[in-house]
Order: sequence, then C-alpha cells, then structure tokens
Amino acid sequence: MLDRRQFLQVTAATAALTGGLAPISRLAAAQRISQDDLLAFTPVGQVTLLNFTDCHAQLVPLFYREPSVNLGVGAAKGRPPHITGRDLLTHFGLSSGSPAAYAFSSEDFTALARSYGRIGGMDRMATLIKAIRAERPGRTLLLDGGDTWQGSYTALKTRGADMVEVMNAMGVDAMTAHWEFTYGTDRVKELKDQLNFAFLAGNVRDTEWEEDVFQATQTFERGGVKVAVIGQAFPYTPVANPRYLIPDWSFGIREQLLAKRVRQARDGGADLVVLLSHNGFDVDKKLAGRVKGIDVLFSGHTHDAVPAIVKIGDTLMIASGSHGKFLARLDVEVKGGRVVDYGFRLIPVFADAITPDPEIAAVIAKTRAPYEKELTRVLGKTEGLLYRRGNLNGTFDDLICDALLERRDAEIALSPGFRWGASLLPGQEITVEDVYSQTAITYPTAYRNNMTGAFLKEVLEDVADNLFNPDPYYQQGGDMVRVGGMSYHMDINKAIGQRISGMTLLKTGARIEASKEYAVAGWASVNPDAEGPAIYDLVTDYIAARKQIPAGGHNNVTVAE
Amino acid sequence: MTALSRRDVLRLSGAGAAAFVASSLLPNLAAADAASTAAAIKKIIGSKTLQQGRITLELPQIAENGNTVPVGFEVQSPMIGADHVKAVHLFAEGNPEPSVASIRFSPASGRAKAATRMRLAKTQNIIAVAEMSDGSVYMAKTEVKVTIGGCGG
Repeated sequence: MLDRRQFLQVTAATAALTGGLAPISRLAAAQRISQDDLLAFTPVGQVTLLNFTDCHAQLVPLFYREPSVNLGVGAAKGRPPHITGRDLLTHFGLSSGSPAAYAFSSEDFTALARSYGRIGGMDRMATLIKAIRAERPGRTLLLDGGDTWQGSYTALKTRGADMVEVMNAMGVDAMTAHWEFTYGTDRVKELKDQLNFAFLAGNVRDTEWEEDVFQATQTFERGGVKVAVIGQAFPYTPVANPRYLIPDWSFGIREQLLAKRVRQARDGGADLVVLLSHNGFDVDKKLAGRVKGIDVLFSGHTHDAVPAIVKIGDTLMIASGSHGKFLARLDVEVKGGRVVDYGFRLIPVFADAITPDPEIAAVIAKTRAPYEKELTRVLGKTEGLLYRRGNLNGTFDDLICDALLERRDAEIALSPGFRWGASLLPGQEITVEDVYSQTAITYPTAYRNNMTGAFLKEVLEDVADNLFNPDPYYQQGGDMVRVGGMSYHMDINKAIGQRISGMTLLKTGARIEASKEYAVAGWASVNPDAEGPAIYDLVTDYIAARKQIPAGGHNNVTVAE
Repeated sequence: MTALSRRDVLRLSGAGAAAFVASSLLPNLAAADAASTAAAIKKIIGSKTLQQGRITLELPQIAENGNTVPVGFEVQSPMIGADHVKAVHLFAEGNPEPSVASIRFSPASGRAKAATRMRLAKTQNIIAVAEMSDGSVYMAKTEVKVTIGGCGG
C-alpha cells in the first residue's frame, strides 16, 4: 500500500485536474497539465536519483498503451505490476479519466489519448531532467536502465549511433543493457567507447575464462554521499536473443557474484548502493529478498510502470515504465550508510504539457533529417486501436500475423511476444516509422518452415513456462508468442507440458495433430540459418497494398488463471 | 590469502587431473531418471543419510547452450586432516548416464572447490553429493532449464 506521502506525490500533479470524465480537448489538457505540476516535488535528503528505462530508441513523442492483461503467478498474483485497468486505479487511488489513469493504465485508453495527447520524446524528458538538476545542483544522478539503442527506424539504420549521441547530450551518468547486445560483439564495444558515461554489466563474463567483460560498478559522489551503482544486464540475452551475435559472452543472474559486488561496494566506503537492473520486475523482487545490502533497485526489462515504491526488506524498488513515458525521481536522505528518508514520484512525460529542450530537440532533428522522408511515408490507415502490450495478444501483432500468413502463404503464423512498439489510435495513419517501431531488429528474417503439431505445442509450452514459471528466476520476461491461423487454450498454473491444450487450425476448424506438418511463418528466429524477406519490408508491403486496416483483433487464446 | 580466480581453479584442477574421474562415455540412449540417479547415489553413500547444506552449487537457471553448461561448486570445510571433504560427485538426472563427474579432494587441496562443463540435452536437476572425512554426506540440487529460446521482450 501507499503511504501518505507517496499517495500525495502520485496525485499531487493531477489532483487539480481530475474534475470529471468529460472529454476535454488536447489544448485544454495542455493548459491544465502544466510543466510545473509535473515537476512538483518536495525535496528530501542529499541525493536525487533519476531513472528511465526501456525507452526502445523512441526519440519523439508517441502513444503507448499499458497492458490490460498482465497475469502474475504464485506469490506475484494480484500484486503490482500484475494488476491492470480499473483494479490498478483502485489499488493506487487514481481517479478514472485522470492524467494518471491515462499514464498508468489501459482504462479508456483511446478516449484519454485523444484528450491528453502523446507521451515521451527525449527533448521533453531532457526538459524535466534539466529542471531537476537546476533545483538539485551536484546532487543528481541520471541512470538509464537499458534497451535504449534498439526499437526505431533511425536506431536500426545508424546501428545505435543516434541513441548514443542523444544520451551523451542528455548527460546520462550510467546505463546497463539488453537489446544493445543484438548489434553484435564488435558494435557494442564500438558504441560503448563512444559513451561519455559508464556502461555497467556486472553479470556478463566471457565464455572461455569466466572473466568480467564490462565494468560492474561505478562510484559517484553526490551531495556528499558516496553512491555505488552496480549494473545488471538482462540475464537471458543469449537465450532470448541470438547467441550467435555475442558468442563469447555469457550472462545469467549470478546472485552470488552480485552479492560479492555489493559487499565490495560497501567495503569500498559506499554510503548508498544502487542496482541498475535489467532483470525484469519479478526476478528483481526475488533478488532483492535474497541479496542483502541493495538500498535502491531500479528494475527494467518488463516495462512495468508502478506509481509507487515497492519495498522489499530495506530495498526500495522502482519500475519506471518504458518508451520515455516516465521519469522516476527518488530523493534519499542517507545517514550512517542507510536510507533514513525518501521521496518518490514516477513523473509521466506528457509531451503536450512540456516545452521541448531546444538543445536535445536539435540533436534529435539532426539525427532524423536524413531519414525524414521515409519515416513519414504513409502506408495506410488503421480503423481500430493498434497496440502490442498484453500477455496473450496485441492488435498490432494480429496485423503482423495476418501479413505473415498472406505474404508467406502459411497456415499458421508466429510473432514474438515483444513488449516494445508504439500504439496507434483508431483512424491514425500508419507510417514506415510505425512499422519499424514494432519490427526494428537486427535479425528480421520472416521465415517459412514446416513444423509438426508436436513441435508447435513444444514452442508454446516453452514460451508459456518462460512467462508463467512460478519461480521468477526462470522467467525471461516478454509475453506469449502471438499466434495467427490457430487458436489454443492455456492454463497458466499448470506445469510445463500441461499448460497448452485445444490447439485448433482456424482455417479448417480441425484439431492440430501432433505428427502432422503445418506451414508456419514467423520472424525473429534466434537461429542464424533462417531464410526469407525482412519482417519490416513484408509488413510495409502488406499495409501499402491494403491501405485500410480493419478494426478487431484475433482473440484466439483462452486462459485459465 | 586472496581468493582464487576461476582461472586459477581451472589451472589447479588441471594439475590435479589424475584425481578427476570422467563419467562413462558408453552409449546409453535411455535417459536417466530420478530413480536411476538415486540408485547411483546410493552406490556411493550406502545407508548413510544425506544432509542439506555446506555445498554451494553455481549453475545457470537457464542454460545458454545445452552443449556446454558451466557447473561449479564449493563445499564449506576447514580442509584439515581431521575434517575435510573427500570427494564431490555431480549427477545430471536427465542425461543418458547420470554421473557427470567425481572429484576427489585432500587437505592439500586447500579448498573443496572446482568447476567444469557438462552437456544437458533437456531441462533437469543437477545434484552434487559431498563425502566428508567423518563419513557424513551432504547434497545440493538445482534445476537447469534447457529451452528453445527466442521471444524475450
């Protein structure tokens, strides 16, 4: 539960403007959510920690719908972040129709998006950061939780260079990583050397000698406090993404190694130990209960936007959302190597209410200029809401599956359960940039293979266990693989091998047979030998040929929880 | 004394390679199971009761490459004549032959710590059994998942 101060800080900026459910115009919203309201904060203690994570290379404002389905298993069931929609509003005391409801939940998303406008944009984020730095000179630390270099057209074309330039200009103090690694060993080293700040990944070791590949810890002095920041990269990068891109690097949670690093930081005189993690929320929650001595844990990867601090023992855990939608501000008072007081707010970056920072806006404009014509090329229009986030399906994934089925003449389509990508409102034009926002990866091949029914079941069971294993340490994050041309039922509380049933081929209505082969199209294979066109070209062509994308998702998965 | 690095340990275990008994390489296509692993453990410990604790197993929760999964362990022990670890046996419950390795120690080893790699065909439990000089036996167990991969968000 929220304590009183947290509750006040969650609602402070929005209290004045939640006066009802009546839709208000974007202009009115901009007038009523002011930059000053967003920055309102009673400073606490010596140090201000700022954090964003999983921005997925989104430099310009966008729409991003939070999930309406985010199921928790075991101890995580019904606890943040595994509460959505109206339940989330009730849990955190947020009013329906308020800016906070729009930012944190999926409730009334389309209507509220039309009222409150886009979120994010690194020039807006920079405005907030600069204002807080001016208010707290010499006391502020800016930490980026990773998944920064991947997720957009320009990031893919510049192989991450656009993001490095923007992050350097914003004055980030340290980052950790996950999708960064999908540019491959050499490019990661190259970009790391271009950073003005630390690239921290204490859990990455070389496969030959098991020695550190990257710096693990960076120590800063802020407000007279010695702050040690330890970086934890996504532990399952070589499992969830192609291992052939980083063949010499080994990851893992490495709890014992982390505990050693925390002890070393303390022994080295750190007053405050911060873990900048890309483990995912449930993994971090378990970790915080087992590795002692972490004062503050910024948790990335699973894209959860949790409006309040989650306390695990003495550890303050923060989940700052994704896509540049939020800036987390945590003020701490440190005495005798302990946090004795704190103030927290997850600030929604309402793009229309914040004046863009001119310096960062200029950097962004410069990096986009060579690609502007292609970025803004209109392919068609969507009649319904297109989004990705949700455990089971997303309407943008349905569109991708339809494109795969048609363009690769397949019976069944598989699309990975990524959690990144902008949402599009009903009636909105679909541009090339929008397609890349869902598909911009370095292993984009849209393959077509024959798979037996038994193998298809194995794939679904495997992904389901990565998502719903009751032990968080076996969870890789992401969502269920999206399926086209087939329906199935899933019982999330069963064991691996028993969760999936009733697999049915939609074309014929017949049950999937274990020994029969089916033509399956998919993309983002982690194997190097996949063959076919790039998914972004395939989807671009599909939308351009159709022009109008009708509303309505597949809804081909039923669930018992 | 400063802590040994992994490389040092590998070097040490290389020097003591004679003490390292590799598992049988005879083909045996039927996968082992909990029962045949228990039988193999019984052969070593006889009627003694396995105790929990003292062994720290270092394993990935999810294997990055099932063909070469790193496994390390350390057993808490003063490693002196009257009280030391005599041997540690590693088992993989789901492999065709459950015995992975048996590593023998003496007080001269200094620490009961070693690391190696093994092949895991599928998700399974890895079990370490330590025999102590006083005749007591300890065990630790961890599950390692071998997955198809992909789809991480």
